[in-house]
This record gives sequence, structure tokens and C-alpha cells, in this order.
Amino acid sequence: MKKLINEPSSVVDEMLDGMVAAHPELARLEGTEVLVRADGPVEGKVGIVSGGGSGHEPTHGGFIGDGMLDGAAAGEVFTSPTADQLSEMIQACDAGEGVLCVVKNYEGDVMNFETAIEMAEMESDTTVEYVITNDDVAVEDSLYTSGRRGVAGTVFVHKVAGAMAHQGGDLEEVKRVAQKANEHAGTMGMALTSCVTPEKGEPTFDLSEDEIELGIGIHGEPGTQRTDVMSADEIADHLTEAVLDDLDLEDSTEIVTMVNGMGGTPLMELYVVNRRVTSHLEAAGFDIWDAWVGDYMTSLDMMGCSITVMAVDDELKELLAYPVETPGLTVTGNQSGGA
Amino acid sequence: MADEHAQATAVRTAAHAIADRLAAEKDHLTDLDSAIGDADHGANMDRGFTAVCDRLADLESDDPAELVKTVGVALISEVGGASGPLYGGSIMKASQELEGGVTAETTVAFAETYLETLQARGKANLGDKTMVDAVTPAVHTYKKSVETDELSPLEALAKAVDAANRGLEFTTPLRAKKGRASYLGWRSVGHQDPGATSTLYILEELLAVAQDELGEMGDIERDATADVDPSDVQVREESETEAKDAVDTAATEDTDTEVQD
Repeated sequence: MKKLINEPSSVVDEMLDGMVAAHPELARLEGTEVLVRADGPVEGKVGIVSGGGSGHEPTHGGFIGDGMLDGAAAGEVFTSPTADQLSEMIQACDAGEGVLCVVKNYEGDVMNFETAIEMAEMESDTTVEYVITNDDVAVEDSLYTSGRRGVAGTVFVHKVAGAMAHQGGDLEEVKRVAQKANEHAGTMGMALTSCVTPEKGEPTFDLSEDEIELGIGIHGEPGTQRTDVMSADEIADHLTEAVLDDLDLEDSTEIVTMVNGMGGTPLMELYVVNRRVTSHLEAAGFDIWDAWVGDYMTSLDMMGCSITVMAVDDELKELLAYPVETPGLTVTGNQSGGA
Repeated sequence: MADEHAQATAVRTAAHAIADRLAAEKDHLTDLDSAIGDADHGANMDRGFTAVCDRLADLESDDPAELVKTVGVALISEVGGASGPLYGGSIMKASQELEGGVTAETTVAFAETYLETLQARGKANLGDKTMVDAVTPAVHTYKKSVETDELSPLEALAKAVDAANRGLEFTTPLRAKKGRASYLGWRSVGHQDPGATSTLYILEELLAVAQDELGEMGDIERDATADVDPSDVQVREESETEAKDAVDTAATEDTDTEVQD
């Protein structure tokens, strides 16, 4: 498989150096795979940090910036960062107001973050809270997870928590809105092709030319069913229905949607999907307050997409619309990320 | 201070003994993990304890709690996967129990905190075919031997190792319910758990180091304040200290499983 990779073992290290070169507002904690705000920690503000395996770019480091994350730890591809690096990140992002960790629900991530929090609390007087995201409605337990997986809806959680922290919310408030966003969000993904991890250099799973996988995870872990290829509209309908079945929203609920690319699908196709998602949801009686389309939580070069629906109230809307400037997401003025 | 120095020496000796054992058993652990996991447990534990020895060599300290904490942090940063936070995080957390000194009582506290942390982190129960199945009986046996049966820590550690061994054997017929092996479902039956196996190796080395250091006179003071009596024979003090450290380490390693007995 042809790749723009020098050595598989150095791909994360080189990616991080490249990110810092492109975005001088980011800095790398020395001797780690942790990115932080170059101007951090920000005085008087709760720190918001995240992290996980690499391969989901722009998640996580791409969302560091004013109004979103203060730090992000990059593990090896699809592998949790180690707890000692997470602990360093937590301490580096604490300006005295405490730190909230946003953790996607994978066993390795959860174990390492929990251990890191204990380390940070043993080594400093940092106050740390964490929120586990689990928005994937597809499967209950999977290859790396007990319970539901944390996927693209996590980006909404980052956005909301970051906005609340930027407005001066304390650790408790920031955690509350992060949990609220997670509870109101549901996501379902699908794959047209497998991803290719740098170390393996070949597809993680076999999917023939005329098959797709529904309910796929962001590491290529199995979904709910493998079916014959469907049209973009049929896929959009299937994913949207699966999310709606799970969320069980009342008619005319205000929602924000995200059509997220898995990394290998052109934006053109994501818009084609978004067209159908939007018309499907409007026909079902929902009020679409905003629609995000783009690559937010990818799975290396996997072709496919996920659809996220989050019910929003005035508070979540305000936090989503709050200005943010990061490499992976910019919101200016009174407009939200997808607009 | 001599007491603390002897304890520190015991921790370092135990770390090297464990590193040697895991290096020797690396392929065997990998074989066990190949059957029901991802075939990296042998290499990960070998790399982890090599790092432990390196970090202890760089650390100029005779504080047993600090040394044991360093063991945990080294494992956290080097082992990776689930074993890193499980072993390393549990040792790190439990090391706080030794901050007031190493005694029979604090080693029991160490063992209990190790087990509690292991279970909280891994969310595994006894019988899930994990480290917990070796750690739980060891920790419970150690506690009962010290507190109820009033055995010396060295004798208690020997009983704990026996208990861990029985717990390990018990993992073979089990169907895995936690960790990567759980995805094999019934196909995990008939295979010994790799994490419980490395736990036993670590405990066995702790016991061996404790026995070497303590010999026939070996025992740890039951009272933390008593063992610094300057009138005590120096040799006995050292022996006691090492035994305690060994017990601590063993207890730490044991934390994975909940004991039912």
C-alpha cells in the first residue's frame, strides 16, 4: 500500500512535529507525544484535555485552541497514550482551576486516564474530573470496549466543554455540560473500505468490492451488519434511522447534525449524504438548528462516514455557537461549526 | 536509616529478580497470550521490568515507598496496553501505604490497596479469567495469615504464593469475561491466563528474595514503631526489612482478583 510514511514506527512523532510547524499556537510537551496550547495554561480557566490513539485526525490535537481543548495526548495509532504522559498533560494544563478530561469509551483509554488522574493527584494538587463519551448507538460491547464506543459525538463534547470553560465556567459546570452533550448525542457509522494501519500496511479487515459494513467502529472494529452496497441515500437513511431509534426524540426537537468523514471519503460525497440526512430529519419533523459536515473523527484512510444527531437546548446552542479557533474547527461570530 | 536502606535494597533486589524471571519466561508468556490474546504480554512485561531496573538504578533514594512508586510509574510508561495501567497503576497507588514505613501492617494495606485498584481499573471480578484470579486469593490469604493466624510476613507470603498458584490453575477451565480473551468466548476455555501467570511469577520471585534475605530468622516486625529499636540486631533488621518489601511487592502483584474465600 502506497503511503506518505517514512517509518511506521515514527509516524506519530513526525505528525506531531508537522502539526506544530503548521500551527505555532501549538506546542509539544518535551519528551512526550502531548500537544498543548503554546500560551497555556490559561489563567483563570478550567483546563480541557483529551487524547487517545492516533489515526483520528483532526481529533484530538487538531481541536486545541481558544475555546476548545488545552491539551491532547497522541498515542500510537489506535493505541491509548500511556498514563504517565496523560498525567503530564493534565498537570501542564492546570492553571489552578482544575482540569476536565474528555475520554472516549475504550478500555485502554479509560484505564490509562484513570491511572493518570491518580498520578496527577499524587504528584500535584491538581483537581481532575473526567467524562467518558459513548455516543455510538451501533454496538453495546466490541473489540476494545465494554459498553458503547465513544466516536464522532465526542467532538461536540469537546466544543461544548471548551466554550463553557472559556466563558469562565468552573470545573463542575464544565463537566455538567460535557455530560449533557454526550447524553444528548447519538452516532452511527459505516465503512465502504477498511482502514490501513501504518504498522500492518494492509487492510485491517476484508470487505469486498460489493459489500459495506454498517455500525463500524473508528478502528475498523466490527459493526452490526455487512450488507450489499447501497446508494448514498439508502445509507444516509439507514444510519439516521438507527440514531433516531436510539435517541427517541420528541417531534420538532431542535437538533444539530454531523456528517463525519472517516478519512478516505471526499467532501463531495459527505455533502451528498448530508443532503439526504437533512431532508430525512426535516420530513421526520425535526428542527435542524445546525449541520456540520467534514472530517472530524476519522479512521485513517477508511472510506465511509458517520452520522451524529444531538438534541440541543438554548445552553448547548450557545456553547456550540461560541467562537473557537483551532486547526480542525473554526467558529466565528454567531455561527456554528458546520455553517 | 539502616533499616530503610535495607528495605530499599530489598526492593531493588526483588525488582532485578522479577526482571530476570520475566525475561526467562518471556516466550512462555507470549505463547500463553498468543492463544487467547494479542501475543504481546511476554515482551511487554520483559520491557517493563527492564525499565523498572533502569529507573531504580537512576534513583538515589532509600525510601521504600518512593522506590515502589517508581516501579509502578515505570510499568505505566513502558508496558502499555492494559497491563501497564493494571500492574503499574495498582503498584503506584498502593505504594502510598508504605509511606509510613514497611511493617506487617502496612504490607497488608499495600496488598489490599493493590487489589482494590486493580479491580477498580480493570472492572474484573473473580472468575473472569484475569490477573484478579491469582491476586485475590493471594491478598486474602496474606491478610488472614498476618492478621488472624499471626504468622510472620514471610510465612504469610509463602501461603499467599500457594494461593496465587491455585488461583492461576483455576483460570484454565474458565471462560474469559474480561480483556481481549473475552472476545473468544468459549474458545478461551482450556487456556491459562497470561496475566495471572505473570502475577504468580512476580510473587514467586518476591518470596524467593524474601527467603534469601531473611533466611531462617526472617520476619518483619509486626509493629512499625518497634522495628527501629536500635538495640535490635542489625542483621535481623535487614532481614525483616527485605521480607517486608518482598511481601509488599507480592501483595501488589496480587491485586488483580477478588477473593471469594
